[in-house]
Formats: sequence, C-alpha cells, structure tokens
Amino acid sequence: MLKDAGVDLFTYIPDAGNARLAELADEDNETRLVLLTTEEEGVAMAAGADLVGKRSILMMQSSGVGNCPNFLSFVSAGFPVLMMVSMRGDYGEQNPWQYPMGLAAEKILDAMGVLVFKVDRRDELEGAAQAAINAAFKGGKGAALVLTQKFLGAKGF
Amino acid sequence: MTKITLDRRDLLAPLVPDHADYLIVSGLAGSSKDAAGLTKDGANLFTMAGCMGAAVSTGLGVALSAPDRKVLVVTGDGELQMNLGSLSIVANQAPKNLSIVCIDNGTHGETGGQEGHTVNRTNLAKIAEGCGIQSILTITTQAEVPAAAKFLKEAPGPRFLWARVMPGDPTPFKRNFNPTETRIRFRNAYLSA
Repeated sequence: MLKDAGVDLFTYIPDAGNARLAELADEDNETRLVLLTTEEEGVAMAAGADLVGKRSILMMQSSGVGNCPNFLSFVSAGFPVLMMVSMRGDYGEQNPWQYPMGLAAEKILDAMGVLVFKVDRRDELEGAAQAAINAAFKGGKGAALVLTQKFLGAKGF
Repeated sequence: MTKITLDRRDLLAPLVPDHADYLIVSGLAGSSKDAAGLTKDGANLFTMAGCMGAAVSTGLGVALSAPDRKVLVVTGDGELQMNLGSLSIVANQAPKNLSIVCIDNGTHGETGGQEGHTVNRTNLAKIAEGCGIQSILTITTQAEVPAAAKFLKEAPGPRFLWARVMPGDPTPFKRNFNPTETRIRFRNAYLSA
C-alpha cells in the first residue's frame, strides 16, 4: 500500500510496533530505511524529500511524538508528513513511565495539525492506513496512523 | 586559542561560486540571510525561519531523494548543536552529494549575541569526525576559503565544513519568509528542471 502510494523513504526509531515494516523497507530494493537519532529528524527528512517530489513515512513509538512538535511546523506550511505511531501508555500498559506520553501523544498531534487515524482492531488497519496515506499525499496534510495497544497488545513487565 | 578573522559576509560567494548548480537548504537566522544573499533568494534555495535544528535533516532528505543533484546545507553553530544526532544519520547514510557548511560565529547572533559553546571547549569538527562524517575541514581565515571551495568540489561526500567566523552581522538580505510559498517555488523549480 505504501509502495503503491509512492513512498520510498522510511525513517524510524525502532519499536516493536514498527519492527516488521522497517524490516520490509530494509529488504526491499526500491525503498530506503533510515535510522534516526530522534524522531523530529524524520519530520524534517519528510520535508526535504517533499521538496524534490518524493514521499516518506516516519515510524515511531508514541513517546517519540513528544520530540516532534517544533518540527511539525512544516505541516502547516503544506508539507505532507505521514507518520505511523505505535502506542504505549494506553490500553493494558504496565509501565508507569509510558502513561504521560500515552495520554499526550494524540493531543500533541492534534495541536500541530496532524490528523489521527486510529487502529484498535485488525479489520480497521487497511482502511485507516489508506485514509492516512490519502490525507498526507492527496490532501497535503500531516497524517498519523496510530496503532493502539488494543491492536498491538500490551507488553508485560 | 585560534585567531578567527573570517567575516561571514565574505564567505559564501567565493566558497560556492557554482551555487546555481546546488539545491540548498539553510537553517534559521544568519545562515538563511547569508544563503539568500548568495542566491538572491533563488528557487534552488529553501530557507527556514523556525524549526531550529532542522536544516541538516531537511537537507539529508533532499540529498537522499535527489541523488543526482549536489545538495548544500548552510547551518549555524546554535542550530547544528540543537540536533547533533543528525550528523550520525548523515555519516551512516553517506550521501556523496551532500555538503554541510556550518557558519559558526560562536554566538546566538539573532538574539543579541549571547555566547555559545564553540567559543569555549566545543569542537564541531571533532564531533563531525566522531559521528563518522567522511570529509571534514575547518577554516578560520579568508585566505583558507579557496581551499574550502576546492574541498566542497573534490573531497568525497558527505562533507562537513566548519567555517569559524567572527561575531557580526550576516548578509543583509530580505528573503521570502512564507514557507508555503517557498516550498512551492522550490518544488516547481526542481520538478520542472
């Protein structure tokens, strides 16, 4: 679906929720996987790719959303920014450190003008992913596909 | 202590005489003023006036997505130090077409000249080296600018030029501050080329 949409740059900070997609992007000859040092760099790289007509997706855990707001200023300038956020600190979380950003992630995205497309169940994934892709690359918006812990499952401690 | 005599307003024109051949991204404040002065705010330049710390990552996005074009990032010491990790990404992605010029005035020039880290103990060339950047050069005088121009042309990329300049005003040039307009201007120029 991402390749069909012309996405060839995959930037990420590793998380269990994006491990499989990162692996696929790494193995594919037509896509490039870029390991970041902090999530905001992926927002800027998305803007840079867009300046020359290319498309990217930025993958992160919900805690990383907290690193992004200033750079998400690109969104209001018309740069399409597609993100995939795997949640921590929501349904079934056992680590108290994860709750603050779990609670704040969606509010931060909203505050910076990024549309949220949430996935709680397997059967919602495809529709939400397509909606996020369309919002970003047809609508010219910031769009986040948010994979909740209802969908991903919660990690035990 | 190194004697710095380089005036930033005399830097970019002799450093990048072939600026029209580059795609250029510049970070906020003085970097963008100097870059806009160089290109007369040309369509091959995307300047920022916010998102402090984003210049290197934005330029890297351009460089990886337009591997057939030469890409230049112009940043300042304050901006660069806000996102030093981006140098590690550059080093490991290793785009041969990317050059980074850090115009280091040792101060936060835009906000009143408050002293920064590089006038004291911080060495950005060693940081770039430690991150793994392929080619690194430091200059502090006007006499070294021709060698730096050669470095940008001939050294294997990615390149990091640490241009240590005197504190003082950047190039007085009024550029377009509207990122919606400058995004479209840059894209149209690139995509129609």
